[in-house]
Amino acid sequence: MLNLTIKQLRAELAAKRVSSIEVARYFLQRIGTLQPVYNALISIDEEKSLAQARAADRLIAAGSASPLIGIPILHKDIFCAKGWRTTCGSKMLADFVAPYDAHVVERFNVAGAVVLGKTNMDEFAMGSSNETSFYGAVKNPWDVERVPGGSSGGSAAAVAARLAPAATGTDTGGSIRQPAALSGVCGLKPTYGVCSRYGMIAFASSLDQAGPFAKTAEDLALLLNTMAGFDARDSTSLERTPEDYARNLGRPVNGLRIGLPKEFFTAGMDSGVAQAIETALAEFRKLGCEPVEVSLPNMKLAVPVYYVLAPAEASSNLARYDGVRYGYRAPEYADLTDMYKKTRAQGFGAEVKRRILIGTYVLSHGYYDAYYLQAQKLRHLIADDFVAAFKQCDVILGPTAPTTAFKLGEKSADPVQMYLSDIYTIPANLAGLPAMSIPCGFDDKGLPVGLQIIGDYFAEARMLNIAHQYQQATDWHARLPPGMKE
Amino acid sequence: MALSPDDVARIAHLARIEVDPRDTEQTLARLSGIFELIERMQAVNTEGVAPMAHARDVILRLREDRVTESDQRAAFQEIAPQVEAGLYLVPKVIE
Repeated sequence: MLNLTIKQLRAELAAKRVSSIEVARYFLQRIGTLQPVYNALISIDEEKSLAQARAADRLIAAGSASPLIGIPILHKDIFCAKGWRTTCGSKMLADFVAPYDAHVVERFNVAGAVVLGKTNMDEFAMGSSNETSFYGAVKNPWDVERVPGGSSGGSAAAVAARLAPAATGTDTGGSIRQPAALSGVCGLKPTYGVCSRYGMIAFASSLDQAGPFAKTAEDLALLLNTMAGFDARDSTSLERTPEDYARNLGRPVNGLRIGLPKEFFTAGMDSGVAQAIETALAEFRKLGCEPVEVSLPNMKLAVPVYYVLAPAEASSNLARYDGVRYGYRAPEYADLTDMYKKTRAQGFGAEVKRRILIGTYVLSHGYYDAYYLQAQKLRHLIADDFVAAFKQCDVILGPTAPTTAFKLGEKSADPVQMYLSDIYTIPANLAGLPAMSIPCGFDDKGLPVGLQIIGDYFAEARMLNIAHQYQQATDWHARLPPGMKE
Repeated sequence: MALSPDDVARIAHLARIEVDPRDTEQTLARLSGIFELIERMQAVNTEGVAPMAHARDVILRLREDRVTESDQRAAFQEIAPQVEAGLYLVPKVIE
């Protein structure tokens, strides 16, 4: 059962060869055994999970054929889930029990999926290695001395370790795609506005997007079908005709023009990554795709622009954590201002505080024009680069991350080193474009390499099509971490 | 864009985060490193470019002026640090 896809598992459930309760117990047991090894989860609640599994079995008995009934899922601890502790990886929300469900959580509940737990993450989604979590670092199932990537490190590691066939994550600067690449699984960030942010704890509102993790592109399509859609409670949610993201999976891809941005392929990625990407591109040529060189001239500005905009938005979003209505409150303080200052100094970790301070600075009087406004204008140039590129190609391909999984602690000394891990993922967030990562090989240390596919606005179905065709011709996505048997 | 310890104190106050004076130097060093990264933006001429606040050209959706929410105060205050008579308690502000 460990390595079944969502589609296969659902077939087993439909044929009554296995029940939702049995499936839930199987994965809960794996979770219990492997939690001390990978630290991928923050909260587990067997009673709640089994109650949902029983409800799923009733739906199956009643003849319901929906594709996710009984399928176990893990939610990144950034999604409010009613009655579940929802910590966002932080001491600030260590005892926060959400009084409502995020839209994404609600959708999966209605679909009959079974929540097996809340996954570990970088604190308030700020990080690229899952090392800033108040609940300790997550270990990469391919090498436990290395990071799984971040900020959705727990979700990526959980799918890699086969703790569940599905998990949710969020991506603001690469936080789904980069951990998917480093942990050898598939992850997708939809077009901005496709998945509702209601109940998703806010980091940078103009960049945050929810998305799925799974072992295959086909599974991602099934999950996206459930997650996507208009929600009136999110003012940035887009009203569009619902679509079936799996509808084009089987389409042949010959003739598809693959854009290769020359800025992605200059020095900057490890040779192991470069080699795996080259091999993947050769595979796409075999499938009949036509490589086209394109250019994203303003790409080198993406990281500095992001580290102005995201902290600025974060400083505003995290102002709500003041110890008044929920969350951590400092035990001792002299007056109200002191209460705010101590609560926030004690409740937030170092990286979060750093980003709030940067954000406060770039928004402050005298600096707003030079930094925040300038960054907004550069954002426009970066988005326009993609518009121009998509006139010459159908999808853009490249590496997801410049390296494979690095060692725990390796990049902690210098925040800027950590920020540069996001160099290939940030541009799609700034432009609001859909982007995904799928496994495409290994380096000489046996560590997974991720291939990034960036599409034009609302091109998720086409991206999933090309990923699925690649996965029919290759088997990188089916490999298991060392020591794991089917 | 060199930051001084006074800058750090001023920003920390604006952000309502207490920074231990003993940590100011380290905080300063880390922040300066990040600001060096940000400086790369300054060289670019953006005259005539419109700022892009949002991923897409979205217009803020308006809703009908009708009451749609119910009173959930009890549920929301269950998790509050200190409440009394439906009010959130904080240190006295007015002398």
